[in-house]
Amino acid sequence: MAPPTGAVRRAGSGPRRALTFWRRSTQLRVLVSTLVLSALVVSAVSWFLLRQTRDGLLDHRVDAVVAEAGSETRDAEALLAGASPGDVDVDKQVRDLADPIIARGLTRGFDVVLTGPVDPAPGATEVPSSPQVSLSTAGLDVARSVPAALIETMTQPGAAPSWTYTRVVDADGARPGVAVASSVRLPADGRTYVLYLLFGLDEEQETLGLVQRALLTASVLLLVLVAGLTWLVTRQVVTPVRMARQVAERLAAGRLQERLRVRGEDDLARLATSFNQMASNLQRQIRQLEELSRVQRRFVSDVSHELRTPLTTVRMASDVLHDARADFDPGAARAAELLQHELDRFETLLTDLLEISRFDAGAAVLETSEINLGDVVRRVVAGTAVLAEQRGVRVEIVDATAPAPADPAGPADLAPGGAAAEVSPDDGPSGRACLAEADERRIERVVRNLVSNAIDHADPTREGPGVVITLGADDAASAITVRDFGVGLEAGESAMVFNRFWRADPARARTSGGTGLGLSIALEDAHLHGGWLQAWGRPGRGAQFRLTLPRRTGGTLRRSPLPLEPRDAASPGSPGSPESPASAGSGAAR
Amino acid sequence: MGGMTLPSSDLVTHGRVLVVDDDAALAEMLSIVLRQEGFDSRTVARGDLALEAVRDYQPDVVLLDVMLPGRDGIDVCRQIRAESGVPIVMLTAKGDTVDVVVGLESGADDYVVKPFKPKELVARIRARVRRRERETVESAPEQLTIGDLTIDVAGHAVQRDGAPIALTPLEFDLLLCLARKPWQVFTREMLLETVWGYRHAADTRLVNVHVQRLRSKVEHDPEHPEIVLTVRGVGYKAGQG
Repeated sequence: MAPPTGAVRRAGSGPRRALTFWRRSTQLRVLVSTLVLSALVVSAVSWFLLRQTRDGLLDHRVDAVVAEAGSETRDAEALLAGASPGDVDVDKQVRDLADPIIARGLTRGFDVVLTGPVDPAPGATEVPSSPQVSLSTAGLDVARSVPAALIETMTQPGAAPSWTYTRVVDADGARPGVAVASSVRLPADGRTYVLYLLFGLDEEQETLGLVQRALLTASVLLLVLVAGLTWLVTRQVVTPVRMARQVAERLAAGRLQERLRVRGEDDLARLATSFNQMASNLQRQIRQLEELSRVQRRFVSDVSHELRTPLTTVRMASDVLHDARADFDPGAARAAELLQHELDRFETLLTDLLEISRFDAGAAVLETSEINLGDVVRRVVAGTAVLAEQRGVRVEIVDATAPAPADPAGPADLAPGGAAAEVSPDDGPSGRACLAEADERRIERVVRNLVSNAIDHADPTREGPGVVITLGADDAASAITVRDFGVGLEAGESAMVFNRFWRADPARARTSGGTGLGLSIALEDAHLHGGWLQAWGRPGRGAQFRLTLPRRTGGTLRRSPLPLEPRDAASPGSPGSPESPASAGSGAAR
Repeated sequence: MGGMTLPSSDLVTHGRVLVVDDDAALAEMLSIVLRQEGFDSRTVARGDLALEAVRDYQPDVVLLDVMLPGRDGIDVCRQIRAESGVPIVMLTAKGDTVDVVVGLESGADDYVVKPFKPKELVARIRARVRRRERETVESAPEQLTIGDLTIDVAGHAVQRDGAPIALTPLEFDLLLCLARKPWQVFTREMLLETVWGYRHAADTRLVNVHVQRLRSKVEHDPEHPEIVLTVRGVGYKAGQG
């Protein structure tokens, strides 16, 4: 998985951060959803209210104007009826009809249009194509103010008075209005004229605007109120939860003395109380366990130290007796020998116990320097030569870092008796020495442990070398494997070999008198270096231990230069998987 | 509890060893072993009596337990070192690096971790005594320089611009060893063999701590040494010029 480049990460960070905040903040989510819901409801209510108000206002106004128009028309008709029947001057009669209405309209705020005639002249059948305007209020844009549909309706013969909404356009601009039309018969020519009265709706629009603004202000205030309320309420719930989360995190991080503040007696306060009780109980338990383990470690360490002074005395006394055993009778002489031997064992056990207790107490310190694992291995092989000879096991060192057939003699064999110096002391022409930055004392102890362990378990009757040590290195790591061809390990045992005092077969004889702590210490040593120590084994086919160390202190291991499973074992059955299931998961991050 | 001198045998002793240890059994056992090996010995059970015993007994080697009643072994070591270059071998029950380093830094030449093998202890005492004997015998006039230091081998003195620098015999040997072969890089193991006289398997921490102690006395800036140089991954060598 390639890490994203910085630019990509930066570009995606804004929205992602917002999304993360959205996911994490209960308060924000509650707030936003409440606001959205409230806004929806408020909008619906406002819309309904506005509609009702507008309809009411308009209905009322239309009723009024229709009534007014009616009375104007009646007045006009009455006026016409009162005119002298002989009067045939149409223009004058029209003016007499319209002028007073226009004059009234100017004072009362309506516009007047008189059109006609709309019916055919007596005797003729042809309807005038478009009724021409006879008279209108000055400044009125008649063509745009009187709706065509209304004109159409009124040109029908015998049309009843009717009204419609319109836009009144005059010099001041356009405004909504109501147009009311009624027919008038002019006595002068006996033809029908249409009288349009145009009433403005300014007042109503103003009222509506007022209502609208009031509603809007009220809605906004209401939403702010809802938001504030929600924020307050969620804050009261969320804040204690957040505090509990923070305290829980601190507890988890090991700050066991952290507690929640308890205020009041409500549900949250009781939650806090229970939480604190839980924390106290945990703290007490952990303290007890810590104390117990500290006391125990201290005890082991103290015992080991306290044992050392008397052991030194006993050791010296035993040495004196041992040196003088020639003067003793056979029984006493043998007793002196046994005493000496068992003291050796006792001492080793004590040393190992002390080392383990040091690891447990976290008091183990690394003293690193640049070391050559090849040198370490050769020193260890030389040191264990006596043991190998006793067991009749041949130990072989294979330097996998050397160019393959460079040395015609092949890998240096070490005959029982340990002519260890046969391997060239420096790595000679090898591509890469098996180097590592490590604590030489500890690594030598690990290797000595693995080698003597292998010699212990090797099969002396086998032809060829009984123990094979392989060296390997790459840029990041150096490794050695120690292989024996003994009884091997059962499935699952490769993890258990590192357990303290673990023995494959409790009934098996102890040959070299190992303490049973050796591999545990070796594993701790490997971990201290940031390295791996792993075991592989098959029943009847032997076992292999692999120690992998990073080249530099603090380096992380990704792979080992050497396979855990030996090549001869990998060929049948499981093809080439270097980390077989039997490998102990003892390596990685611990 | 005062000092107790064992009746010295009529054999010619190889040297005199002062044992400072509060464990009576161990002290007695040490005396027995030392006498068998031909050393004369005296035991002191309290730390505050050790210095007096050193003045009075004039030992060739001091075996000093770290944990002592009366006065801590580390303090005793500093006290003795302040007025005498007598080889001091610390006996410690803790093999931890910190304890060892503190002991060595307070002026001890060597240390042995309990439980030690008597032969190992005797070998170390012998190495210290032999060195002292050889030093007293060896007296050919010889003048060496290392850096801006002048070493008077016979006179056992180190000078810088005529001003003497006080070194313990071991520090002197270490400096001398490096100065005699300025072209050679010494591994820690080589130094252990030449200076301490151990053939194998001694702790290389001994060398590290003593080099540091030596540097703090002879270098202008111990952080940037010019006289005793570290050769990374190998060991030490003398600085040129």
